[in-house]
Order: sequence, then C-alpha cells, then structure tokens
Amino acid sequence: MKTASRIYTAIIMLFLFAPIAILLVFSFNESKSLSVFSGFSLKWYKELFNDSSTLSAVKNTIILALSAAAISTVMGTAAAVGINKLRNKYIRAAMDSVTNIPMTNPDIITGISLMLMFVFVGRLFGSATSLNFWTMLIAHITFCLPYVILQVLPKLQQMDKSLPEAAMDLGCTPLSAFIKVVIPEIMPGIITGLIMAFTLSLDDFVISYFTVGNDFQTLPIRIYNMTKKTVTPKMYALATLIFFTILSLLLLSNLSDSSEAKPKRRRKDR
Amino acid sequence: MNRNSVKQRSNLIDRLVLAPYSVWAVLFIVIPLLFVAYYAFTDTNYCFTFDNISRFFTATSSITDIATGEAKEVHTYLLIFWRSLRLAVISTVICFLMGYPIAYIIARAAPKTQKTIITLVMIPMWMNFLIRTYAWMTILQDTGIFNGFLGLIGLKPVHIIGTEAAVVIGMVYDYFPYMVMPIYSVLAKMDTRLIEAAYDLGCNSTGVLRRVIWPLSLPGVISGTTMVLIPSISTFYISQKLGNGKFYLIGDAIEGQYVANNLHFAAAIALILMLILLVCMAVMQRYAERKAYA
Repeated sequence: MKTASRIYTAIIMLFLFAPIAILLVFSFNESKSLSVFSGFSLKWYKELFNDSSTLSAVKNTIILALSAAAISTVMGTAAAVGINKLRNKYIRAAMDSVTNIPMTNPDIITGISLMLMFVFVGRLFGSATSLNFWTMLIAHITFCLPYVILQVLPKLQQMDKSLPEAAMDLGCTPLSAFIKVVIPEIMPGIITGLIMAFTLSLDDFVISYFTVGNDFQTLPIRIYNMTKKTVTPKMYALATLIFFTILSLLLLSNLSDSSEAKPKRRRKDR
Repeated sequence: MNRNSVKQRSNLIDRLVLAPYSVWAVLFIVIPLLFVAYYAFTDTNYCFTFDNISRFFTATSSITDIATGEAKEVHTYLLIFWRSLRLAVISTVICFLMGYPIAYIIARAAPKTQKTIITLVMIPMWMNFLIRTYAWMTILQDTGIFNGFLGLIGLKPVHIIGTEAAVVIGMVYDYFPYMVMPIYSVLAKMDTRLIEAAYDLGCNSTGVLRRVIWPLSLPGVISGTTMVLIPSISTFYISQKLGNGKFYLIGDAIEGQYVANNLHFAAAIALILMLILLVCMAVMQRYAERKAYA
C-alpha cells in the first residue's frame, strides 16, 4: 500500500509538473520550435526584456494588485468587524449572502455584470469608452472583498469578547481599544486576507478581460493578446520567470515559518 | 465620560465600520446583477423585450452530422449549453477520481511531507492559468511532445488538439488543485480515532472507507465539486485554445456576444447560466445537508 501511494503521488506530480517543465526547457530553446530542442540560448529572455508593453503590463499588474489588496483589506476588515457585531438575524443573513455572491458566481458573470453597469453609466455621461483603470480597480476590489472578510471574520469570532471590554473599563476609548487590542488579535486573518487578495488580483484574467480599458493592460490580458497570435518562446521565458518568482517566495515564507516555529516549540518544552 | 456614552459611541462605530462595505456591496455586487437582468430583458433601445431570452431557447443552426454526412437543424444555444454541462461534469468527475486518492494520501502522510506535497499541488495554481492552458496546447499538437513520445514508444500519433478530449484535459489540469484542497483539508482534520474505533468494532477497510471516511469527507467533496464545476462550465479560454474554437461552450457564447457588442444577448445568456447554476447549487446544498443529518 505504501509503495502504491508513492507511485500514485509520483504520477500526479508528473501530471502537474510535466507541462511546467516543458515550458522551462523550451524557454531556453534556440529555435522557435516548441517541440524540437535545437540548442541552448537566452535570446527569448533578451527579447522579453526588450518588450516594453509586457514590462509595462507587469508594472500595471503590480500597481493594480497592491491597490486592490490594500483597499479591500481595509474595507473588508472593517466590514468583518461590523458584521460580527450585527445582532439582527435577517440583516446578518442578507449580508452573508451578498458577500457570497462574488465567490459562488462564475467569474464571467461577475465580469459581465460589472461591465454592463460601467457601460450603462458611461453612456449616461455620454462617454464612448467607459472602461479604464478605475473600472478595473473597482472590479478587483469587489472580487477580493469576500475573501478578506472570510479570513477576518473567524478570527473575530474566536477572540475573547471581554478583551476589548476590559480595555475600555481600564480607560481606553472604543477606538484605541480597537487599535490596541482587537487589531493585534485578528492580525493573522488580516495578513492572510491581504495575501489572498493580492494573489487573486495578480492572477485574475476573466473579470479583468471584461472590465479592461485601452489605457491600462495587465499581465494576464497581455498574455491573452499574445496567445491570440502565434506565440514565440518569449512567453515561455515569461512563464519561467513567474515560476521561479513563486518558488522563491514560497521558499522564503517556508523559511520564515520554520524560524518562527522553532522558538515556539522551545517554549513548549520548558 | 460616563459608561453609557462610551457604549453609545461604540455602537455608532460598529455601524460606521460596516457602512463603506454595505454601500460598496450594493453598488458593485447587487446593482450589477440587476443590470444583467435589465439588459437581458431589453433591446438596443432599452425597450422591454423577451427576444433575447427566447432566442436562447429557439435559435437554430444547421450542422452536418459527421457519421451520416446529412445536414440537420439543431437548437444552437441549447446544444452549446448541453455540451458545456457535459464537458464540465466529465472534467469534475475525472478531477474527483484523480483528486480524492491523492488528498487521502496527503492527509495520512507525516506532517512535514503533508506540507511539501500540498505546496507542490498548489504551485501550478499560482502559475498564470492562460500559460498553463497554452502549455497543453503545445504538448497536444499533432507535432507536439505528446505525439513525439508516442512515436518513441512505437505508437501511432493521435489527433487530440481540437477535440473534446483536449478541452477536458485542459479543464482537469487547470482546476485539479481546487478539488484536492478542500477534500484534503477535511480529511486532515478528521478524527483518526473514529477510523480506529471502526476497525476495533470489526469493520473491514472498505467498510471504513464507505461508512466512516467517505461520509465525513462529503463537505470537502461538495465544495471541491462546485469549485471545479463552476469555472469549467463557464470557461472560454480553454475551449478557444484546446478546442481550436470548434467546441463552442457557454462561456464562448457569452464572450463572443460581448466581442460582437451584442451586450443584451450576452446578458441574457449570462442570466440563464446564473439561474441554472443557482438551482444546481441549491440542490447540492440540500443533498449535503440531508447527508449530514442522516
């Protein structure tokens, strides 16, 4: 049984990583062929770094993801605090189901629905192109918010309710009790929410596709436009760079996890 | 400051912190959905009409039957919807059959191995989904690596790209982690003493799997299923790239109408898709709840 599960795990890993491995290998291919490896070369990387629209798409993606993550984290954390305090059963249920909508609806419907509204409102104001950076930012904040709320809400529910009360009894104003007591308690949820929002925004294609304007292209949109025509291994070079960025971020977070975990374990031993 | 006024201010703060999100949710979640319905039931002059909805159910086109060579009339959008549903269900079932065993294996591994394998399963998810799909396009091409491999082991090349099989492979690959993650997290949290108890009480291993592990993992299976089914049913990039644009899915239909600037008909298709998915999810939720109480 043990060997059987090892073999099965190996097969799944092969299935998951074979396509990525092929991307990595062919990004160093000398010729344009994506099936015959004719020699090692870095020319696709060179071409990638000379492609100004891809580079500006990378910059745009990061700007958009940072703004969407920051705004949705602040608004989502505040919303979670408010939802947690709701006493009215029906308002609470309504709030929960509205928050669920962007997560359960297919992305294409979220994208279409926002696009229809932007186009309609744009027409009211008589502008022909109503889609731009701001519509995309609104769309990204909208689909990130539920994930932030769902990360923060459980932390608030787990928190000891008497902590902020104790702080206020000891003379804190409600605001300073919130900042000094509640925020540190729910910080892990806020951080996870922030990271989730950032990565979701970074990777989103479908919703961006329907809300993107002409003036602001993100990386997934740029990749979509590149794959419409015949593709050069330039895109494979880009994929390779993305892969190694993810890998190093993961290794970093694992390292910081284990360095944090060690002192904790020692404390337990004592 | 007396206690009462502090309490009042605290209540006011509670309401104020919820205000921005409430406004946002109404403006950008609720109202856009109303716009979908509004566009679906209006024509280009924003006059009320049923035409968009009825077009979905009645539009026909003629296709040539591959087997007999005869041309026949089919309901265009009903056929597209049926094809989307069929391919999405097939992909979801394959994801489940492949994903459940691996989720189980990971959940039973040593904690350190668990963390490594689950990270490995998630890495492809963080790669851009367009690039992942595109990689399969080059692998499955007639002159691609897959056929090269078949030739190496002495098999005849097969034509995959542009077939339904290629679309299913793409869906399975892209959404596989969404099936594994929820099942794994349920299995990892499961109380192993329940399994030991079942063995102690004379259950054999298939009995344990069927009577203990499977019912307890059902919430994970349900959420994994929805997380694979919903993106598969509404995808348009996978079918464009791996189906060579031949396998028109419901997502392609919406995207095609959007590109052609037929926003009203695009909204009608989106509305119908949304309503059907809502019914599906409600049925699944019911089923899960009944199982949980049984």
